[in-house]
Amino acid sequence: MTAALETFGLSKAFGGFQAVSDVSLTVEQGSRHALIGPNGAGKTTLINLLTGVLKPTSGTILLEGQPITTLPAHERVRRGVARTFQVNQLFPDLTPLETVGLAVSERHGGGSSWWRRLGSDSGVLDEAADVLTRMRLSDVMTVPTSSLPYGKQRLLEIAVALACRPRLLLLDEPAAGVPEGERHEILDIVAGLPAEVTVLLIEHDMDLVFSFANRISVLVQGRLFADGTPGVVGNDPRVRTVYLGEEADG
Amino acid sequence: MTPAGFLLGKSRWTLPELIFWAVAIGAYFAFPRRHLLLNEIAVLGLFALSLDLILGYAGIVSLGHAAFFGAGAYTAGLFAKHVMGEPVTGLIVSAGVSAILGFAASFMVLRGTDLTRLMVTLGVALVLYELANHLDWITGGADGMLGVVMKPILGLFAFNFRGSTAYLYSLTVLFLAFLLARRVVHSPFGLSLRAVKENQLRASSVGIAPARRIVAIYTLAAAYAGTAGALLTQTTQFVSLEVLDFTRSADALLVLVIGGAGYLYGGLIGAIVFKLLKDALSIASPAYWLFWMGIFLVILVLVGRDRLMGWPRAAAERIAAYLPGRKR
Repeated sequence: MTAALETFGLSKAFGGFQAVSDVSLTVEQGSRHALIGPNGAGKTTLINLLTGVLKPTSGTILLEGQPITTLPAHERVRRGVARTFQVNQLFPDLTPLETVGLAVSERHGGGSSWWRRLGSDSGVLDEAADVLTRMRLSDVMTVPTSSLPYGKQRLLEIAVALACRPRLLLLDEPAAGVPEGERHEILDIVAGLPAEVTVLLIEHDMDLVFSFANRISVLVQGRLFADGTPGVVGNDPRVRTVYLGEEADG
Repeated sequence: MTPAGFLLGKSRWTLPELIFWAVAIGAYFAFPRRHLLLNEIAVLGLFALSLDLILGYAGIVSLGHAAFFGAGAYTAGLFAKHVMGEPVTGLIVSAGVSAILGFAASFMVLRGTDLTRLMVTLGVALVLYELANHLDWITGGADGMLGVVMKPILGLFAFNFRGSTAYLYSLTVLFLAFLLARRVVHSPFGLSLRAVKENQLRASSVGIAPARRIVAIYTLAAAYAGTAGALLTQTTQFVSLEVLDFTRSADALLVLVIGGAGYLYGGLIGAIVFKLLKDALSIASPAYWLFWMGIFLVILVLVGRDRLMGWPRAAAERIAAYLPGRKR
């Protein structure tokens, strides 16, 4: 079976700083793949390369066998890649209903229709309402995003990504900064993601990583340091020293 | 409230809106001696509405929106002089020419910060200004274009010296343009524009191609500005370099600052306030008018565009909340 995502020698330099260097990564179809590594290891940069936010200095990206290295971000969404952001990237003045509706109507191809009244397409509305319900946002769907509690905004991040109906979902620290009391809500949702969706997760919470992932890649200083099943990576003494050890100390 | 009800409610006509248009028509009868001024307000209102489409809805700042106004104004003049004097045809042709110009110019505002956009739009307007200045055998240069004679509108309604026909003509065009703009901003396309304005990174991450949306709205806005310019030419039967002047671009921005951007009525309300203020102050003392203009510019720079625009809008919403018929 073709891998969901493959990269070959992917590199990104900002001036003299090599943020990602020579990363060749394979994410299998339907896997729960975690990407871990110390702060500044280049994890978010890698996600930005995969989603087209940044252009790689060199290397290739294949999505289900097709090259997408030079495709703009919105084209990759159309091909089934969606993401969440580590720092909320939402539309402050729009409501969750509008935000999710945008993603749905864009996928249906009606996002640029300029004559139809907003709210007149029941297909889009039903689907948006469905996503919002699953993400436990239906009671706040007509409240401007900027006035939602932080935890709800994090859920909306995931909701927008799911509304794109991705085959590959990239989650960049979905529970980052969420108070302990609301964390379980996000973790439940991440754990309950549809099995057919391939998930690449960046996360610092090792309990979550080891309970969720069936494959783990470790990124250190922009390089792929280790790669394997949780058992193998968890017991790799090198990984324990550079990453897990550091995490335990910190 | 159902999702459909919530979204459809946003584009429902409200009582204050109906009152606004009733007042616009009522002004024709209430101020029979001020039809020329009313016409100027309608033209400026359409021009500011055009700027609102790109500034208030797509977040594109411009200091050179007069480029499209001027292009429409000169096209209308030339068309009337050399092709035919029927105004509606001339209006459509002018809108088309400005739209083509806007389409071409839109690719220069796709990328970059507010500052680069300000400079690029300013530059385009300056280039057109100097072109019109130097091509004096076509445009009349600094002396202006003489000999623009308009035939009756659709062969039925002749212009008169009091500006009565002119105001009704401009108001009708403004209203039709407004209806279209209202439809567009309350469509999925309009929502996607707001998304691009608020967060381009997220917009492209949900599959929106920001560039295409910006090109589309910029082209439409240019057509609107061209229509406004053509209205000015047709109702005054004269074109001068003033239509491309920097102060015209700046005035449109000031009008939006006064009226607030991003809810369509800002440009119209701003145009009323701006013109009446200018009219009153320049009668009292011309120097005093420039003083206030200076104050406005200083506040614009010091306080910042977004906050400044938020105030009038917040105030309007607060007032509107007390009016019946408005669903919040």
